[in-house]
Amino acid sequence: MNDILTMMRKESKDVFFQGGWKSLIRPLLVIGIMGIYLPLQFGSQWVDLTPLGMILLLWIPFFVIISFIGDVIAGERERHTLETLLASRMPDRAILPGKVVTTVLYAWGMGILSLLLGPVVVGLFRTQGNWMFYPLYLFVAALILSLLVNMLGASAGVLISLRVATVRQAQQILGIGTIVFVFGIILALQAVPANVISSLTYAQFLLIAMAVIAVLDAILLGLSLLSFQRSRLISS
Amino acid sequence: MAGPIIRTEHLSRFFGTVRAVGDLSLEVPAGIVFGFLGPNGAGKTTTIHLLLGLLEPTQGQASVLGFDTRTQAGEIRTCIGALLEFAGLYERMTAEDNLDFYGCIYHMPAAERQARIKELLTHLDLWDRRKDQVGKWSRGMKQKLAVARALLHHPPLIFMDEPTAGLDPVAAATLRNDLASLVAREEVTVFLTTHNLTEAEKLCAQVGVIRQGKLLTVGNPDELRLRTGGSLAEVVGYGFNDQTLALLRERPEVANAELHNSHLTIELRGESHISPLVSLILRSGGEIEEVRRGKASLEDVFLTLMKEENT
Repeated sequence: MNDILTMMRKESKDVFFQGGWKSLIRPLLVIGIMGIYLPLQFGSQWVDLTPLGMILLLWIPFFVIISFIGDVIAGERERHTLETLLASRMPDRAILPGKVVTTVLYAWGMGILSLLLGPVVVGLFRTQGNWMFYPLYLFVAALILSLLVNMLGASAGVLISLRVATVRQAQQILGIGTIVFVFGIILALQAVPANVISSLTYAQFLLIAMAVIAVLDAILLGLSLLSFQRSRLISS
Repeated sequence: MAGPIIRTEHLSRFFGTVRAVGDLSLEVPAGIVFGFLGPNGAGKTTTIHLLLGLLEPTQGQASVLGFDTRTQAGEIRTCIGALLEFAGLYERMTAEDNLDFYGCIYHMPAAERQARIKELLTHLDLWDRRKDQVGKWSRGMKQKLAVARALLHHPPLIFMDEPTAGLDPVAAATLRNDLASLVAREEVTVFLTTHNLTEAEKLCAQVGVIRQGKLLTVGNPDELRLRTGGSLAEVVGYGFNDQTLALLRERPEVANAELHNSHLTIELRGESHISPLVSLILRSGGEIEEVRRGKASLEDVFLTLMKEENT
């Protein structure tokens, strides 16, 4: 656990908060869009967490993740820091989880802050002090789904990052992979009979989405951990 | 520890059909700087990767600090320090944060970590720049910081892969001096790969010469000089000609003699005396202004070995 925390501290300093106040621009921009701009646009509908609002809440941090995650292994390899790290006593089981957890927490943290800021913005500027909050089950679902989607982006990113030489390559493959993934979801939904989908409640639909993404997370994380071998990383 | 700190037996590593290291049998005693010499692509870096357990050998075995590189690689990496081909510093982090990260990796308590960082950075004249992002530093400063990182957790053995490669002569000389003083002070064994013969001559008590993955010879620099040629004599004067050269080459103590302008270069076998040869030159009509005795440099030894291997 100590080793994972050590990796997390290093990732925070090296990747997320290395440039002083400039490091805050990205999270402030994301929180500004998700926590202020979108609630202002949606008004009181925002706190209903409609499917569209939910997709936007999940989508933006996911993009943040895939813009960062390529840096995790491929970036270290490109900057020649990976070899020295692998020659140290830091165990494999700490390097990868430390990197994944930091990236997920960074994006998830932005999601949570935005989620909490939304009702405040709506109450202040759209409902004139008539304070509203999300239905509890939707709020919990948004938190869990946000975590799972961020883990999906992170685990897919790590898996790709392990197999390419540069950050640019990783980001290109992740970009294409995301497009394929989104079209895959659309095609999968079209393949399901319409009466089955219409018979599902919103809550049931969210539960199924959570289960599917959790399974994908487990598969991709497992593959990443299996792929993380020092000899392969050194000789590639 | 008693016995060699590094031992390899018939160690080989192939990448496909390419032999990077072949049948390497070597023993490195504790407490010395061991130079692993070879031209680019000789297999030096691969040997370090094998000794750190980062690569599996194709054949043979190796132990470092008594740990087997195949089965106890984690223990090896816990005990050693490394400065590999690249400095491997996080350039967006400060110098202090770089060292602090590696101190945490080796589970050094916070107070000990801070004290050690101060000690090493002060010794290397980097303490005042500890809050700088490393990316803003010169290459020489980065290499010094990487040396500090390798020594941070008091390892008994450090691996250094061409630490002065790419540095200008002044920065390289500074780093060599810092390295020599730190190594002496810390009483650490160093496995140093280099193709810089001056560096090996200045730092190493023993050297091994490798070429195309094959170990050509091992010994201390003086032994190697004797083994590959002995001592040299240079005679400066006038009237030297082909007859002088022929007379010198007939002598049993002369391994070779060459004439360049008014300089005669004579390679002697073992520790032979020069006075009979001086008399011979004078008798043959030569006039001598100066006679200089000297040892073959490690560079001469290295080039001789490479030549022998080619033939």
